[in-house]
Amino acid sequence: MVRTLECPNCGGTVQLKYERTLNAVCIQCLSVLDATTPALQILQKFQGAQRYEPRIPLGSRGKLATGEYEAIGFQMRSIEVDGVTYSWAEYLLYNPYRGYRYLTEYNGHWNDIRTLRAIPTVAKSMSKEALMHRGAKYTHFQTATAATAFVMGEFPWQVRVGETVEVKDYVAPPSTLSSETTAGEVVWSIGQYTPAAAVWTAFGLPGAPPPAVGIYANQPSPFKGRVATTWALFGLFSLVLILAMFLLAIAMPGQRVFDRKYSFAPGTGEPSFVTPIFRFEGGDRNVDVTINTDLRNDWAYLSLALINDDTGVAYDAGKEIGYYFGTDSDGQWSEGSRGTTVTIPGVPAGTYYLRVEPEMEKDGRYHGMNYEIVVERGKPEYIWLFLAWFALLIPPTITSIRAFSFENRRWAESDYGPLVKSSSGDDDD
Amino acid sequence: MTNAFCPSCGAPVRFQWSSAVQTTCPYCRSILVRHDVNLEAVGKVADLPVDPSPIQIGTEGAYREKPFVVIGRILYKYELGAWNEWHLIFSDGASGWLSDASLEYAVSFQRPLPPNVPPARELPRGWTQHVDNVMLQVTTTTWAQYAGVEGELPFEYWGKEQVLFADMRSPDAQFATIDYSEEPPLFFVGEALEFDDLRFKNLKRIEGWS
Repeated sequence: MVRTLECPNCGGTVQLKYERTLNAVCIQCLSVLDATTPALQILQKFQGAQRYEPRIPLGSRGKLATGEYEAIGFQMRSIEVDGVTYSWAEYLLYNPYRGYRYLTEYNGHWNDIRTLRAIPTVAKSMSKEALMHRGAKYTHFQTATAATAFVMGEFPWQVRVGETVEVKDYVAPPSTLSSETTAGEVVWSIGQYTPAAAVWTAFGLPGAPPPAVGIYANQPSPFKGRVATTWALFGLFSLVLILAMFLLAIAMPGQRVFDRKYSFAPGTGEPSFVTPIFRFEGGDRNVDVTINTDLRNDWAYLSLALINDDTGVAYDAGKEIGYYFGTDSDGQWSEGSRGTTVTIPGVPAGTYYLRVEPEMEKDGRYHGMNYEIVVERGKPEYIWLFLAWFALLIPPTITSIRAFSFENRRWAESDYGPLVKSSSGDDDD
Repeated sequence: MTNAFCPSCGAPVRFQWSSAVQTTCPYCRSILVRHDVNLEAVGKVADLPVDPSPIQIGTEGAYREKPFVVIGRILYKYELGAWNEWHLIFSDGASGWLSDASLEYAVSFQRPLPPNVPPARELPRGWTQHVDNVMLQVTTTTWAQYAGVEGELPFEYWGKEQVLFADMRSPDAQFATIDYSEEPPLFFVGEALEFDDLRFKNLKRIEGWS
């Protein structure tokens, strides 16, 4: 039942709509009035510099997930950090069956809050202070002194502009736990990050909600689930690649089709020769030509060509081999290798031979080597699998970096941010 | 005895619960205390203030699947308003309480007072007590004034002075109250509940709301 009374300060009409109201604010002069006294005793005259308009008009009703609620009170509250004032709006919502809850708004970020009827317990934590509530871990975000900067509407408790409370926020996005301490009494509340669009729909507000600026303390990270998912997918694909490697190794065992030993010393006859022919069966396969030498502090160049005896198609594969070793002040050293493998991809079946032309230095000193040429066919090529694996690493890496950067931006606004000095009345107790 | 007559006005007084110790006459608002077969009028209830609670005598509901009906109430006033302790009778005859402070509902049952409960003026906030392995901690202490009674109660309750209520909470929804209106204090243990959990029927109609 609405009671219509006169404001003792400005004479304007004051309507009291709610039976539980203790303090009401005159809509004209913004005086805080004692609704329990018949004459509406003035509790506080408005001294503020600015009148704020609630985005949710007082008296309007919204259908939230938990039922229909009417906006009955509006406050602006603020904290000061390093000389900068941060203000947020707080709407008191009422349903005569379901009780009270709050909607808060800061820079376009909304939270649906209600009092917590449990006491969070202290959680074990490696770094920041943390709390446990119903199996979730809430990490300390900020401790600040919040002052009431503006009030409007009706309240079932005492409200005054200038009143301060110590607020501690703990986050487990999209949830937040907050404690407000006044005169030693601690009141806990629990909030859920709520998209502005949901508030607009619930209350049928006109237009579009102002866009959210920055990242809010308990804003859910869009990357949170995705980091785990992309890495899980990466793990799955890695297993597939490993499996593919095994399958390839089983399906394509290397087949040794040619193996012969030779000797070479420069200046001892015609260096170039051709090998006997050998056959490749099946379809297109890789061919590995391996050369093993007994070079010692010397080098050799082997100009090699794999030639199809039927078509004359030649695959050139020249290779330099060098192996040096010795002892110096650091001990023994060696450089290079005595052997090498040349892979020729996609060689069709047929009859082949190698044309070989070794070459070594001709400087009057003795040079020479014994060497072996091995031709294997059909060993699978794993390099593509490795390239694919590296490519698969890209999406989870990027997602992880973006998730990390999102969390950095979130925590930059906290007591642990890079720009915040711990001087603004924060006490870490 | 389920039917009797008000010794003050002669109106018929019906008891819904056989163990009721006290009731109020629905006609003349006399507080009636049962003595064997007689009813004694011990006083009158002053006009109860307008009560914004949606609960009323006759409201039905269920707690953990067990149906109850509201048969009595004690109204308390404190500096920030008023609240009710509604007396519930369950389908199996058990007696319990439903509190509606600030429309935050809790159902509780009287339990033996734990040992070592400090006197009202010495009870510190944060005082803890384990009940059935649940840690309960005093979170709010409220000095309140008895402001009226209605209906059937399990004990005599009228004309009380200002008393202390200590609300205790747990890491979950368990809830307890130390009620210093008697010596030794009364102890109630229960659970904080949401409106929808209680599946109410026959609530008071509130204009403009459904």
